[in-house]
This record gives sequence, structure tokens and C-alpha cells, in this order.
Amino acid sequence: MALDFSQILPTLPSLIDGMTLTLKLLVMAVAGGVGLGTLLALARLSSNNMLAFAAKFYVNYFRSIPLLLVISWFYLAVPILLYWITGNLTPVGAFTSCLVAFVMFEAAYFSEIVRAGIQAIPKGQLNAAYALGMTYSQAMRLVILPQAFRKMTPLLLQQSIILFQDTSLVYAVGLMDFLNTARSKGDIVGLPHEFLLFAGAVYFVISFSASQVVKRLQKRLAV
Amino acid sequence: MNYHWDWGVFFKSTGVGSEIYLNWFVTGLGWTIAVALAGWIIALALGSVLGVMRTLPGKALPAIASAYVELFRNVPLLVQLFVWYFLVPDLLPTPLEMWYKQGLSPMQSQFLAVVICLGLFTAARVCEQVRTGIEALPRGQRNAALAMGFSTGQTYRHVLLPQAFRIIIPPLTSEFLNIFKNSSVASLIGLMELLAQTRQTAEFSANFFEAFTMATVIYFVLNMSLMTFMGWVEKRLRIPGMMGGSK
Amino acid sequence: MSKMIDINNVNKWYGEFQVLTDCTTSVSKGEVVVVCGPSGSGKSTLIKCVNALEPFQKGEIIVDGISVGDPKTDLPKLRSRVGMVFQHFELFPHLSITDNLAIAQMKVLGRGREEAMDKGLKLLDRVGLKAHAAKFPGQLSGGQQQRVAIARALAMDPIAMLFDEPTSALDPEMINEVLDVMTELAQEGMTMMCVTHEMGFARRVAHRVIFMDKGHIVEDCAKDEFFGNIDARSERARQFLSKILQH
Repeated sequence: MALDFSQILPTLPSLIDGMTLTLKLLVMAVAGGVGLGTLLALARLSSNNMLAFAAKFYVNYFRSIPLLLVISWFYLAVPILLYWITGNLTPVGAFTSCLVAFVMFEAAYFSEIVRAGIQAIPKGQLNAAYALGMTYSQAMRLVILPQAFRKMTPLLLQQSIILFQDTSLVYAVGLMDFLNTARSKGDIVGLPHEFLLFAGAVYFVISFSASQVVKRLQKRLAV
Repeated sequence: MNYHWDWGVFFKSTGVGSEIYLNWFVTGLGWTIAVALAGWIIALALGSVLGVMRTLPGKALPAIASAYVELFRNVPLLVQLFVWYFLVPDLLPTPLEMWYKQGLSPMQSQFLAVVICLGLFTAARVCEQVRTGIEALPRGQRNAALAMGFSTGQTYRHVLLPQAFRIIIPPLTSEFLNIFKNSSVASLIGLMELLAQTRQTAEFSANFFEAFTMATVIYFVLNMSLMTFMGWVEKRLRIPGMMGGSK
Repeated sequence: MSKMIDINNVNKWYGEFQVLTDCTTSVSKGEVVVVCGPSGSGKSTLIKCVNALEPFQKGEIIVDGISVGDPKTDLPKLRSRVGMVFQHFELFPHLSITDNLAIAQMKVLGRGREEAMDKGLKLLDRVGLKAHAAKFPGQLSGGQQQRVAIARALAMDPIAMLFDEPTSALDPEMINEVLDVMTELAQEGMTMMCVTHEMGFARRVAHRVIFMDKGHIVEDCAKDEFFGNIDARSERARQFLSKILQH
């Protein structure tokens, strides 16, 4: 089988659009996921048993089901849920549904990282913050979380690299991300293999370089 | 936008043959388990070999194993699945290609592609766990085995691997659970496993909340059962005095 | 007396750093040689060169007529004939005490299970631990583990025994139980090369004492000469002895 990569160049603008969508989804999902994940971690570590249990259930629940299931489900559910909540029909695109799915799903994974990060901070730090007259939320915001986030940055980035690869699953609902664009262009041009290999190579180069950077960062932070 | 709740939908006829929707979920679960277990066998076998390779002296074998891990860890699972399902068959020698494309039923060829894909994908993860387990053992264990006249193969078989595998049961458990969840990508090439059956039920019956709730409950229960099973395995293999407490 | 272990002009480097320089000595059949020296002097490295757990770049070591450095030498076979006892015991934590004693007999020497068990139990009895046969290493004290380790090495019917700081990881109250077993072994005529700081043991049991410093063999003389004529010793050996003997 002879491979012909010459047709990729003319389709580059669409491929770049696809990659833009992938990265947009990634950045928003990481931001939302880390935010929600942090709240979940705080809930899980709180002294309120109900809150802790609810957070634990949330995390275990999302960790035991496939991401693809969440994506497929939310694609159908988010428009209806929004209708029930707001009372009026708002057209919700696949992008929004996917974003909600990613945020809710990844929050479960991010929360475990954040929780471990908070627990790794010595108890004395919290006491010291209290001794200075800080409230719980001040102590968390000003003392504990900044330290915890510093320590867990490599792990959060690692999880984000996995998330970057997982964004390709939006193929299931027809969102034109990088992989789906490459697939459809390949089909149109009649060179599906070349476009698939090209897409794989791009994912590889980005993931691999990013994980090398994370490794280096990990070493630097370890010192 | 009215939604008609009907939790009895699972016992309603699908309109296909004499099946009720519940039958579809059972069939789907069967495929999910079959794909995951078959893939896991490949992953465990290949991953162990690769993990051992990474800890061997010399340069070439560890480098090969490490290249494998990087390749399979940095390409999205879905891309890998497309490669196995759409691309690799075209690269096969003609008789094999004919066998794959015409000798097998669509279900069989999908199954084969998914199992190979999940097996090789998960092997990279298993490899890293096995390597970590072996490297966590005191260096003296290898020396003690060699000093008694064990060959390298015997040292791994009788001394290093039995200990390494016990250490890595918890991370291995989560890879084992992952392969069940990851098997849902099979739905994207048309294999009618659990997620595909769920989507089909959602489309046919329009009761998608019920269908997806059922699917999450099944995955949740499956997850819990597997975790309980692995906990039982871990307990059975626990050695008195080993880990914690041993000097 | 014939030479059992013959070490000839051995040199070893870790990269640029030379850990052994022109080491020459020998151990005759039935002889007990104690190797001492400050930490980092290369004594553990030297003893590990004897059964090729550590490679060396220059020189020659002959064990019972077989060259250790020769690439054609069957290392597992050679090692199976030389017993070794380690600082951290290195019993296999996943195997029971009896299995620890039997496994190499069966897998390396090809003995039957019954014979291996018999032999193991006899030796276990000899080191006073028969009652612990069914336990796992993690359930024994350090001193007991080290006695099992000695029995494990003896089960291979070794022509010589290497001891690499066998008591330095032990709590003080357990040191003597191990030294007693070693003393008994020496009195039975076992050829022994012991890296140890136990000068009392050296004085009572050794025939010869070797003192190493910075990778060189600085002293190599009969026990009576070493301890009896301290003024004739090198400056570094005297410093070492005065430090050790104060404690």
C-alpha cells in the first residue's frame, strides 16, 4: 500500500479549525473540571458527613462509568435538563453538551488529585493559619490550596494530557474536533489511511512533548 | 418538550423479533465482558513481558519496551481503534486480508479489532505497573537469587515477579476496571456492546433517561463486583509478615 | 593447602571512579578469612566480585579452578556452588521458610521436593529454628532470618561461603546467635570469606585478616600477626582498629 500524504496540506485550514475546537474544549474542560474537582475535594474533606458522603458518591459514581457513556447521555440530556431548569427552549449545541459532560466527568478525577494534594499539606499549616485569625475559607484560599496546587501541578497536567486524548471521543456525537475533521477530510479526499495516520502522529507529538515537559517539571519541583 | 417517563420500558418489546429491551442490555453486557476479558489476557501477558524487559540489564530491550509504552500511551485510544479496524486489515497479506474482511462476520471482525486494540493499549499501562513493582523490590533480592545459582529467567519467575505482582495488585485492579470502561469505544465501530445497546434502546424507545440510567447502574455494579473480586484475590495472596511489619 | 578462591590483581571502576585497585589475595580450602575496613573501602564490592554479582574490568578471580570473569563460565552453576549470606538477609518474603530452603535445591540443583525439604529441615534444625518451618520470613526476627539465610546457603552443599556484613543490620542482642552459627561452621572446616566488623569473631575464628581502604588491600596477614603486633600495622589499619575496638 503506497501512502500519499500530499493531500493533507490543502486541507490544513480545516484541520487547524478542528484542532482549535479540540484545544478550546480541552482548556474549558480542564478549567471547569479543576474548579468543580476542588469543590468536591473540599466537600469530601469537610467535617459535614452528608456533604462528604455526597462528594464521595459523586466521585465513585463517575469513576465507575465510561466517559463515552457520559458524552452520549449528556448529548441527549443536557437540552432537556436546561429546558426543565430554565423553562424555555434554548438550542444547545453538541459542544456545550460535551463540555458539560467533560467537566462533570473529569471533576471526579481531578478531585482525587486535589484531595491527595490537600492531605499532603501538614496539619500544622492549617493550625498556623487559624492561629493568625483566619477563617476556614481564608486558610484554604491563602494557605493550603496555594501550596497544594504547587505540589500537584504535574499530576493535574498529566490528567490534562489524558483528557486531551479523550477529547477525541466527541466523535461519538459528531462534533468536528481534530480527529473527526481528519476522518471526514480523509473520506472526502479518498485517503482515509493517510489522514488517520497524520491525526495519530499529531496527537502523539503533542502528548509526548507535553508529557516530557511534565516529567521535567516534576523533577524540578521534587528538588 | 415533554418527556414521558416509563421505567417499565425494559420489559417492553423492542419490535425486533420477540426480544424485550432488557435482552439487549444482557447481550450488550455479555459483549462488554467478553471484549474486556479477552483484551485483559493480552494486556497482562504482553504487559508483563514488556515490564520485565524494561528492568533487564543492557540497552536494547529496555529501549524497545519504553518506545512501545510511549507510542501506545500518547495516541488516543479511538485513533488506535480506527487504525486496527480500518487501516491494519489493508496492510495484511492478501489471504489474511480476505479472511478478515470476508471470512469473518462483521461482529467477529469488530470483536477481533477491539480486543487487539484494547489489549495492546492496556499492555503499555500494565508494563509500567510491572516495572514499578519490580523496581520497588530491594536490589538484594535479585542478588540473593543469582547468588543461589538461579538463571535470570528463574530469578524473575520464582523471586521477583511473585513479589512484584503482589505489590501492584491495587494499581493493576484499576487498569482491569479501566479496560471494561474503555471497551465502550467498541460501540464507535459498531460492536453491540453495552453502550451501543443503550444508545439503541434510547433511540428505539425514546426513553433515553431510563436507558442510560440502566447502563450506569450496570457499569456501577460491574465495577463494584470486580473491585470486590480483586480485593478477594489480594487477600488470598497476602503473605503473613510481608509488606509493612517486615524488617 | 589448595586455593579455593584466588583473587588476582582485580580492578573495578564505576564509570570514572575506581572502587578496587590491584586487589590480590586468596582463600585456601578450610580457611576462614575476615575482610574488614571502613565503609566505602570496597570490601563488599570485592566479595561480590567473587561470585560475579559485581563485574570487574581487569584481573582474574578463580574459584575452585574456574575463572569467574571468563564469559564462557556458567555463572549460575558456579554461584550455586558458592553460598552467600547478605547484610539484609534477602530471604524471599513470598515463600515460607521451608520453601526458601528448598526452592534453589529444586530449581537449580534439580533435587526432588522430598529430598530438598528433608535437607532444608535438617539444616533448619541445626540453626535452631525447626519450630518456625511453616512461617514466612516477615514473621521472624532479624537474627532468626539471618540464621535461616545461612541454612538456605548451606542447603546447596557449597564448597565455600561468602558473608557480606551478616550482622551489621541486626539489633545488638541478635548478633551473637548469628555469630555462633558462623563459628560452628568455621570449626567444621568450611571455607569462609567474611566481610565483617566483628573483631571478636575475627580474633576467635579467623585464620587470616584482610584490611581494605579506598579500594586497596592494605593488610593481608595471619590473625595473630594482625591483632598481636599492632605496631607493625599501617597507620590506617591502626586508626580503624582503635575506632572499632573502643566500642
